[in-house]
Amino acid sequence: MKALIILFFLLNTTAWAETIRLKPGDSIKDAVERAAIGDIITLSAGEYLEHDIIIRKPLTLIGEGMPVINGRDQGDVFIVAGENIHFNGLRIINTGRSNIDDSAAIKFYDSKNCSVENIELENTFFGLHFSNSSNLTIKNNKLFSEAEREYQTGNGIHLWKCKDSLIEGNDVKGHRDGIYLEFVTNTISQNNIIHENKRYGLHFMFSHNNSYIKNTFRKNGAGVAVMYTRNVIMKDNIFEENEGASSYGILLKDISDSEVTGNIFRKNTIGIYMEGSSRTIFKNNSFTNNGWALKLMASCDNNTFEANNFSANTFDISTNGSVVLNTLKDNYWDKYEGYDLNKDKVGDIPYRPISLFSVIVEKIPSAVILWRSFLVTLLDRMEKIIPAITPENMIDNSPKMKPYDLS
Amino acid sequence: MFKLLKYSLYDILKSRFAILYTIFMVLVAVSIYQVSEDLSKVSLSLLNIMLMIVPLIAAVFATTHFFNNLEFTELMLAQPVKRRNVFLSQILAVIIMLSAAIVIGFGIPMLIWGADESILILLAIGIALSIVFAGLAFLASVMTRDKAKAIGISLSFWIYFSLIYDGFVLYLIYSLSDFPLEKTTLGLVFLNPVDLGRIIMLMKLDISTLMGYTGAFFQNFFGSAQGILLSSFILLIWMSWPVATAMRIFKRKDF
Repeated sequence: MKALIILFFLLNTTAWAETIRLKPGDSIKDAVERAAIGDIITLSAGEYLEHDIIIRKPLTLIGEGMPVINGRDQGDVFIVAGENIHFNGLRIINTGRSNIDDSAAIKFYDSKNCSVENIELENTFFGLHFSNSSNLTIKNNKLFSEAEREYQTGNGIHLWKCKDSLIEGNDVKGHRDGIYLEFVTNTISQNNIIHENKRYGLHFMFSHNNSYIKNTFRKNGAGVAVMYTRNVIMKDNIFEENEGASSYGILLKDISDSEVTGNIFRKNTIGIYMEGSSRTIFKNNSFTNNGWALKLMASCDNNTFEANNFSANTFDISTNGSVVLNTLKDNYWDKYEGYDLNKDKVGDIPYRPISLFSVIVEKIPSAVILWRSFLVTLLDRMEKIIPAITPENMIDNSPKMKPYDLS
Repeated sequence: MFKLLKYSLYDILKSRFAILYTIFMVLVAVSIYQVSEDLSKVSLSLLNIMLMIVPLIAAVFATTHFFNNLEFTELMLAQPVKRRNVFLSQILAVIIMLSAAIVIGFGIPMLIWGADESILILLAIGIALSIVFAGLAFLASVMTRDKAKAIGISLSFWIYFSLIYDGFVLYLIYSLSDFPLEKTTLGLVFLNPVDLGRIIMLMKLDISTLMGYTGAFFQNFFGSAQGILLSSFILLIWMSWPVATAMRIFKRKDF
């Protein structure tokens, strides 16, 4: 009986939710105005020329065959403030370009339980812009911007003061920051591909308790930069081909109590640059073909680097001082030249990952021109035998003889 | 001229050194290919051989060859042939032999295990450095009458270009680190053929590091068509001036 009553109510609610069908030429604004709470608006394929469509009640907008909503370079396309508002299968192009009101394809204010799925954005200033919202689902969207300069475009997925959200499977290209989070908590970003953005692939500040899993950050202007945050989990991400004078796989500034595990850093100028960070664990990461695998500034403390693979990097680690308050253990270093007499797969003599020349290059960048010359090789050898300039404590006492199988 | 060259070449091939050098190159190349897992590591290991061993052998071999063939040279000079031809046949024979050793020595393993662009460039650099140091060695040889002295001078050319010069550059960069030195170091690099060869290779191998500010500066220069042309041109000058100077002295020399 109870079940029947529930079924009755369920049927009733679906019966209440009416579907409004629109075809090109119809006004989306009118449809939104007309719609009752919980209605579904379907847009059939074609082009709709509209902007500043304001939605304040629970609605679902579904596109059939990727209808195009063209903002004609004016303002925002959708402005949303409400609960249970869902977007699915639309293509939104040509928003205005304004830094004063941050023009975006879809802009959410003070919203809850909203979702944006399977949306394609092109030539938008900001892509998806959320502020003061919670329980958001941002899934399988494609955001492409074709700006040539950083100031000509906004962020792809921009969250400000949001919480409890999911950002999954998005493809962001050519924006200023791929994903930008500020004051965002308890949010998961996974399986996103963030590439060729003008500034950072991922940029967050004051965003605690978030996790970033299986994302790919490729060829972004300055890599990934994250600041002033604690309890971050970064797992199984790929950071690659971020090349340039100030380009990093990740730049960590004042990050604490975090975990960076199972990531791959490939072909970056600097794999990880760390400053003022503490109590963070780096485990099972693989650093290959980077200029510097790690730049560990002396202001970092109590970080642990454990069981990572370092191979084919020009320099493994460099630092700017003689104080080392971090621990290196059980890593594999391809430059290690020690031996293993007792066959426990751990090298018998410790490895010092900082070479004399990396110290010199840190002080005088021009000296990089002498890299791989006979003189430099000779100096490095001498320093390895009698360490004089390199920090005494930057040392791995248990270097592995074989690389870990991390794939 | 060609007849002279032919006899000089025969002469070199008859000496066991040419064969030993080629076998040595083959062995080095094979062992590097066997040990390294990918091609970029191969070119890295080959780089050290090309920058250190090749110039050394070129310098020593060219000097000894000049003095071993001194009697033949004197005999030829008594014949109605141009001095220029006598000199050129000698040095060309040496250069051909050194280059052939590199091409054969590294070519065979490359045919077997494959090569990429950077290894081919490396071979070209090896050949260029052989020519430069053979030229310097002939210059040292015509400047003196004594074989030991000539070898000493050739060796000091080698030590100077592969070690002392870089020490000087490092010292200069260190003591003037407050100034923007990019252009200066670029200029200094042109004054040393070994450095020039090394940096052309660096641009191929260590792109990630070099993308730092200073690196990017060098990358912009050596990566552009203009930079490549200029550096090849400078390398050509390095190949020709010792030979030209040595030839001028040889022409006027009283044997």
